[in-house]
Amino acid sequence: MTVNEISRRGFLTGAGSLAVAFTLAPAVSERTLPHAAGAAKEGLRIDETAADDTLAWLVLRPDRITIHSGKVELGTGTETAMSQIVVEELHSLMQKIEYVQGDTRVTPDQGVTAGSKTIQNGGPQLREAAATAFQALLGLAAERLGVPRDRLVAEDGVISVAGGHRRVTYESLLAQADLVLVADPDVPLASPDDYRIVGLSHPRAELPDKVMARFTYVQDVKVPRMLHGRVIRPAGRNARFSAIDPASLTRARAIPGFVEVVQRGNFVGVVAETEWAAIQAASPSTGVVISWEAGQPLVAQETLPEALRDPANQYRSVEVVGVGDVDAALPGAVTQVEASYFSPNQMHASVGPSCGVADVRSTPDRKTGVQATIWSGTQDVYSLRDSVSSLLGLPLESVHVIYEEAAGCYGHNGADDVAGDAALLSQAVDRPVRVQWSRQNEHGWEPVGPAMAHDLRGGVTDGEVVAWEHVVCTPTHNSRPNSNPGTLLAGALTGSLPAALPNNPGNTATRNGPVTYAFPNSRTIGKLVRSFETTGPTSGAPAAPLRYRFLRSTALRSLGGFSNSFANESFLDELAAAGGVDPLELRVRSLDDPRAVAVVEALRDTWAAQPAGGDGLGAGLAFQQYETEFAYAATYAEVEVDAETGVIRVRRVVVAHDCGLIINPDGLRHQIEGNVMQGVGRTLKEEIHHDSRGVTSVVWEQNSFNPTPQYSVLKFSEVPDVECILIDRPDQPAWGAGEPAIGTLPGAIGNAVFAATGKRVRTLPMTPDRVLEALRA
Amino acid sequence: MPTPLTRTLVVNGQTRTVTVADDGEQLLYILRNQLDQRGPKFGCGVSQCGSCSVLIDGQIRRSCQTPLRTVADGANVTTMDGLGTDDSPHPLQRAFIDEQAAQCAFCVNGIVMGAAGWLQQRKDSGVTSVPSRDEVTAFLSGEEPGSDDNYICRCGAHLRMIRAIRNAAEEMLS
Repeated sequence: MTVNEISRRGFLTGAGSLAVAFTLAPAVSERTLPHAAGAAKEGLRIDETAADDTLAWLVLRPDRITIHSGKVELGTGTETAMSQIVVEELHSLMQKIEYVQGDTRVTPDQGVTAGSKTIQNGGPQLREAAATAFQALLGLAAERLGVPRDRLVAEDGVISVAGGHRRVTYESLLAQADLVLVADPDVPLASPDDYRIVGLSHPRAELPDKVMARFTYVQDVKVPRMLHGRVIRPAGRNARFSAIDPASLTRARAIPGFVEVVQRGNFVGVVAETEWAAIQAASPSTGVVISWEAGQPLVAQETLPEALRDPANQYRSVEVVGVGDVDAALPGAVTQVEASYFSPNQMHASVGPSCGVADVRSTPDRKTGVQATIWSGTQDVYSLRDSVSSLLGLPLESVHVIYEEAAGCYGHNGADDVAGDAALLSQAVDRPVRVQWSRQNEHGWEPVGPAMAHDLRGGVTDGEVVAWEHVVCTPTHNSRPNSNPGTLLAGALTGSLPAALPNNPGNTATRNGPVTYAFPNSRTIGKLVRSFETTGPTSGAPAAPLRYRFLRSTALRSLGGFSNSFANESFLDELAAAGGVDPLELRVRSLDDPRAVAVVEALRDTWAAQPAGGDGLGAGLAFQQYETEFAYAATYAEVEVDAETGVIRVRRVVVAHDCGLIINPDGLRHQIEGNVMQGVGRTLKEEIHHDSRGVTSVVWEQNSFNPTPQYSVLKFSEVPDVECILIDRPDQPAWGAGEPAIGTLPGAIGNAVFAATGKRVRTLPMTPDRVLEALRA
Repeated sequence: MPTPLTRTLVVNGQTRTVTVADDGEQLLYILRNQLDQRGPKFGCGVSQCGSCSVLIDGQIRRSCQTPLRTVADGANVTTMDGLGTDDSPHPLQRAFIDEQAAQCAFCVNGIVMGAAGWLQQRKDSGVTSVPSRDEVTAFLSGEEPGSDDNYICRCGAHLRMIRAIRNAAEEMLS
């Protein structure tokens, strides 16, 4: 993108606008801003020399406010919260702000929208940009009214002379404005004491359209001449294409509307004029039948705990955190405890299977140069553009990716992969193609949150934890698209290798592996598991041909944090029990950050009123500081365990939450509730089942076609009551809230089961079978 | 070979004639692709999530498992697109907005259309009480006698949806 392109689109139109450039990168980038600053000085007009595709723009016009942003709405309400931030600093009335977002031709490259970071990283910069615009408006008003700016007051979009009658509206100032500015990092900001908009529960801007069935999801995108595609996946993760049965091909060709079968390596798809014809053509009972050659078997599901710990499956071991001397301190502890935990492969399991539309032409458009246009629910339009470009063998500039909201993704799900499928099919048939994954495609082939195995050792002396060690064995938690075509499923199936596995698990696999507790001797070790055959025992680089040992894995809500916190918070409870210390007291005693202590203390009254325990009813606690750097969450869970059936019912959950300044309390509560519901489901129910070939849990519930256990999520009849204790810190940065709470759920629930029954369930999900097994032990 | 079929349906009060090449085509695809309805969503195709729910002559139906040949000529089909208007939204639509009862909202079609059919049927059968929380969750979980149709929300807006349905029920009964 160049600024000139933006101009052509009528964004910087000269008179009648005030534009402020800013960056949504975590820190204001010195690399980018001087360009815009230079341009701003040279006649207040942005030109080619200022072109920088990492800048975002806040544009005020008399009739609307627009934000050109690379960040995308993921159904979490960030658009509304960002609007509140802007309106607050502008001293105007709450209004719907127009977002031009997630489009590789008109919005900046701001990286992936993920990890609960939109408000956290974008909020302060947007606030500065809005405050800069406000100062400019004050300057214009001072000129117009002929009074010094310190005599002016602004309220609800009107600037008046203090104590006088003379006033001017923003509309009238903007009608004659012609300003291009750069966000000023030293600009005066509205004082939190004066906030009128930030801190209020404004309703979600886009919700009425969704509820009235007017909203455009990516599934609703229709383009002229569009065909419908479906994919046919291999009979196993490592299976290889063998042949298309000729009789079945004849049968498929007879389907009214059938267009083509496309096969490239192990990638097979069908294209038809109607969606129904594509479905029929892809079904082995009515359409094409493919034979596949069996490949290397996956590691058996029932052996995952041992396989993850097997050094032969690991390519690297990293000490993530080391404090003091664990080896020296542990033997001296009065009480020593060891325990192991396991969490299974889990899915994003979006309620709407992935869908993408691609229009790949044989030649570039003569005006725009665009040859491939992709509509996708991706979290990062730029990375998808780069991957599609290499997948199709087209230059970067000729690929245009447009974001359209999909069903909630909760991380890196099939949204990018399906766009690759659509691109390949469109290129093959020279028509636009919409690919809708079936539920079985989604459950069967989405990149998963990987299984993890944890071994902990610790010691307690005089009610203090004196030694702590956590060893986690885990496949990668990040295989998002990059420029490599093998990072898309379609690329891997057509013979490209995926990116090398990471050398450092850092803030992905070992996220929240290290604890916030100030233990004197503490160590976290990450043992990195090879998902596929690599080029050597210590290599993370894929060996050709690609052969998976474990399911392809990636970022699922909070990444390794969910399972790491399950292990940490369960084990801390085990230490508390062994050392005879109250679990709340041990947490408070072990924390030295006052904000961390405050969220735990916020549960003290609830904790004091907990059920007695031991009779099938019990309560548990867990604490986590997200990424050990950001939002604090402490959770109380109350459970009922049926000793006959082994069914755990989570009755009540209380979350105390501190994410700094609260922009929109109801939006925050909603995010916490979402964390609780998914956290309960992932703790009690969710587990991917697979055999030596691939995933067998391909729908939501067992049925006659799928008689084995399927991938079930929380039902309405299983949801707990949820209470949120929100701790607002108006003088602190606003941190994200999309992921911090989920990691507290498995620990709190497991600890509650222990309180209720005296038994520990150390394997997720805590299914009736596992509970009964624990009760019998 | 598939059997072609032409059907006349009354969709949200408007008479529409559709022709398909295969009378086994599920109603969902006809509504979305021929009749431009955005309410009904493809969620699973196996009647396990509810996202595709519509009302046919007032009955809740999962349109992903409703071949066109099984829909009577002249049947009344109601989708969320026609459930209410901006000026006069259905009480459930208003209640879902008031309670902010959705995040991504992809599942909302199923929950709203299911609840619309269920509340209307309760009313028609003479029940004049607002359903309890347990009654609402039993309905949405497929745990009522005679139906095992579960509704899935993945974002976690469950408690808000239950509140919204009870609030709407109160309005519908008054």
